[in-house]
Amino acid sequence: MPTYRFNVNGKPVAVEAPADTPLLWVLRERLGLTGPKYGCGVGACRACTSHLDGKEFQPCTVAVSECGGRKITTIEGLADGDELHPVQQAWLDEDVAQCGFCQPGQIMAAAALLKTNKTPTDAEIDAIENVCRCGTYCRIRDAIKRASAAM
Amino acid sequence: MAGPGEPTARTEESPDAKPRVGRRKFLTFLVAAPTLTVAAKYTFDPVADALPSLPAPSELLDLGDVITLATKPTAWSMVLRVEDDGRVRFELPRAESGQGITTTAAMIIAEELGARLSDVAVELSDAKPEFLWNQFTAGSTGVRTLWSPLRGIAATARARLITAAARRLGVEAGTLTTRDSAVWAPDGRSESFGSLASAAASTTSTAVSTAPKDASGYTLIGKPTGRMDARDIVTGKAEYAMDMTIEGALATVVARPPTIKGTVVSFDAAPALAIPGVVAVTQIPSGVAVSAETIDLALKGRDALVITWKNGPAVGLSDADIRTKLRASTAPLAVPRLLTNHLDASFDFGFVSHAPMEVHSAIADVREDGAEVWVACQSPIMAQNDVAGAIGLPSSKVKLHVLRAGGSFGRRLFWEPAVEAALVSKKIGRPVRLMWTRTDDVRHGRLRPASHHKIRATYLLGEVLSFEHRMASVETDLKHGFGEIVSASGAAVSGPGDGLLFFHLSASNPYHFGLVTQLLTEVPVPVHTGSWRSVYSAGLRTAEEVVVDELAAKMGKDPVQFRMSVLKSKRAKDVLAKVAKEGQWGKAMPRGWAQGVAVHEEYRSVTACLVEINATDPKAPRVTRATIAVDVGLAINPTGLKAQMMGGLMDAISTVLQAGVHLDAGKVREKSYADFRYARQKDAPIKLDVFVMPPTGEPGGAGELGVPAAAGAVANAYARATGTKPRSFPINF
Ligand code: FES
Ligand code: FES
Repeated sequence: MPTYRFNVNGKPVAVEAPADTPLLWVLRERLGLTGPKYGCGVGACRACTSHLDGKEFQPCTVAVSECGGRKITTIEGLADGDELHPVQQAWLDEDVAQCGFCQPGQIMAAAALLKTNKTPTDAEIDAIENVCRCGTYCRIRDAIKRASAAM
Repeated sequence: MAGPGEPTARTEESPDAKPRVGRRKFLTFLVAAPTLTVAAKYTFDPVADALPSLPAPSELLDLGDVITLATKPTAWSMVLRVEDDGRVRFELPRAESGQGITTTAAMIIAEELGARLSDVAVELSDAKPEFLWNQFTAGSTGVRTLWSPLRGIAATARARLITAAARRLGVEAGTLTTRDSAVWAPDGRSESFGSLASAAASTTSTAVSTAPKDASGYTLIGKPTGRMDARDIVTGKAEYAMDMTIEGALATVVARPPTIKGTVVSFDAAPALAIPGVVAVTQIPSGVAVSAETIDLALKGRDALVITWKNGPAVGLSDADIRTKLRASTAPLAVPRLLTNHLDASFDFGFVSHAPMEVHSAIADVREDGAEVWVACQSPIMAQNDVAGAIGLPSSKVKLHVLRAGGSFGRRLFWEPAVEAALVSKKIGRPVRLMWTRTDDVRHGRLRPASHHKIRATYLLGEVLSFEHRMASVETDLKHGFGEIVSASGAAVSGPGDGLLFFHLSASNPYHFGLVTQLLTEVPVPVHTGSWRSVYSAGLRTAEEVVVDELAAKMGKDPVQFRMSVLKSKRAKDVLAKVAKEGQWGKAMPRGWAQGVAVHEEYRSVTACLVEINATDPKAPRVTRATIAVDVGLAINPTGLKAQMMGGLMDAISTVLQAGVHLDAGKVREKSYADFRYARQKDAPIKLDVFVMPPTGEPGGAGELGVPAAAGAVANAYARATGTKPRSFPINF
């Protein structure tokens, strides 16, 4: 089995896995990072959303073989130690989460958006396709605006 | 119960003996309730000039009352512990799937005890048969069933802490108060709960009252409070069933048939077993399970299997057949059209998937002499029995742990993966963690039953004389303990099946419409069904609210004014007036845009919803703004309540406008969120205001309350914006 080396949440890792293994299962099953959630495995729900070289991506749709040498950030690596990322803090302030299952992905999507767009418009927020089956969308919008103001 | 050193609110006293009015009504009404139809008591008189409608059965006795009664005998086996470190621990016999019940329970306990909220730890209780039916989460009954017992338990604990502190401080117990997890003397001295924990355990009698606080003294109840587990969620630490593992557990997925309830004829396991890391292939009733070192390998193994399937029993059925069956089964309307004006309308609702964000999964470790199971589940005692039966062990040998759930909406009333995981674990002699894929859940999970509705309203001289609703629904599977709960409540009744009984306990109509009748016919169809947030009320009340708007139009009245003139309860009028004012009812809207409004009363609560819709493209409408007012009697946590109303609104937008699943020749067509079009951010209103009304009584239910009113409002807004009469839901399907 080939070995792949890349960086996850600031740490170098090496994993042995078949080349076509979706990165989501490498993270969850081999590296013990269960923050990125499985919700569909086909890029539709975006519960697994994380960052690849600083950009939003869905690890269920990317093979581990494509990740060699790259930088991956999951929800576990978003905060700076105990200091929450402003998006996470905004999520607490707006009490966004219900069941919470989609929220790691929602937060990673929002953090990626705010990185390139400091003050997203409503239309730009509408473009976030992450599903929240509990329907927390209005609070997600409010939290993104709050984080945008705080950043 | 707790041992020495762990003081417990063992209440022989009854801390809240005050009988509730509703319950008294329930008892007197009980025998007649499930079989009564309002029509049976009154002869129809089309020329009567005053036409107050009788209360619907559910207004006297509703599902929550039944569940409250069933849970009462064992309410006192719930245990609250105050520990030496000052932590207050409570094991909650309910499921947490995002509705916030753990936070709400902690608030009630903290309020009554005088503890800091952060010191209260509420954990989900394992399945405990001694709870009987007091370990069941459904029907928006969480707060209703816990309100009295939790306050009672905590108030007794408080009295004991005060008594112990009085001895230690040498002061009169009556002068002491509790706050910030300590007992305080008037001179400013205090003893922390932790320091009193042991002493309070040996206090034999309490020196102060064990009655719960008066509402006027509340400082925490009613205060907007964030979820207690929010930090774990936003940092990715919150652990769900799928994130858990136990030593040596094999990841397991199941190859399932193309058709619903299809079965295995034969299969070749060799190609799967040839994949490195695939450990075992096991046939179980629902399909062929593949167990491997990791989930991706199990999925690969599953894809490699060669299986011959036998079609399931619904193979001859598609949506159109179901609709035909339902239409043919709908009971006839009884009120003649006579010489009065009348309005007839019929509606169809399609199947809907629950699709909770976290797919079903479970962990099982089955040994010779016992088994341990971990699963997110609303009815754990039933699940425990079922697992025990499947693996041939007595229930007492099965330990079932209840995990937090990544959403439910009724889905986790059933526990399929627990049984599957236990069967596989037993066969292969290793612990397994079994996961359903999203496609498994959409295609083989539960469905909100499709339904057909016929409504006839007659009216004369501006008054509605009669309002008849005949509903035919694919039968809802309620075999998750509902029937047993009804028996346990003492509401033993014969005659109607579980579905009809449930219907009578939940169906209501908030208007004075003269003779109001709501009847259900259930049609068995061999697909997996289950209660879906708000159960029968979703279709029932949505259809009715559409008819209310059409009636208003026929009579030349404004939808809000008309409702105001016929709503029975003041609480309902108040919420409607609130949304009309705050949502600026009647304001000018561009062409293709409109407002829509609706009201719903259930679970001893009432809500009104007003939405604005942009339907300039009728194929891609957008609800742009929503205003909701809600009266749940007493809101423990307004933040959580508003969240539930927001969730109900999103369910309404989804199911009315776009999200459902098709049945094609015994098979669900959809596979994931790519084609089951649950709302996304682009479908959510940009502006949402939820108003929590001032307290009007004891806490009612909230979890499911939001769906029907919002669904009615969205349908009505769409109708007004497009000039159409919506009759089939989802509208764009
Ligand atoms: S699991 Fe990756 S998008 Fe759904
Ligand atoms: S909070 Fe439950 S799915 Fe988003």
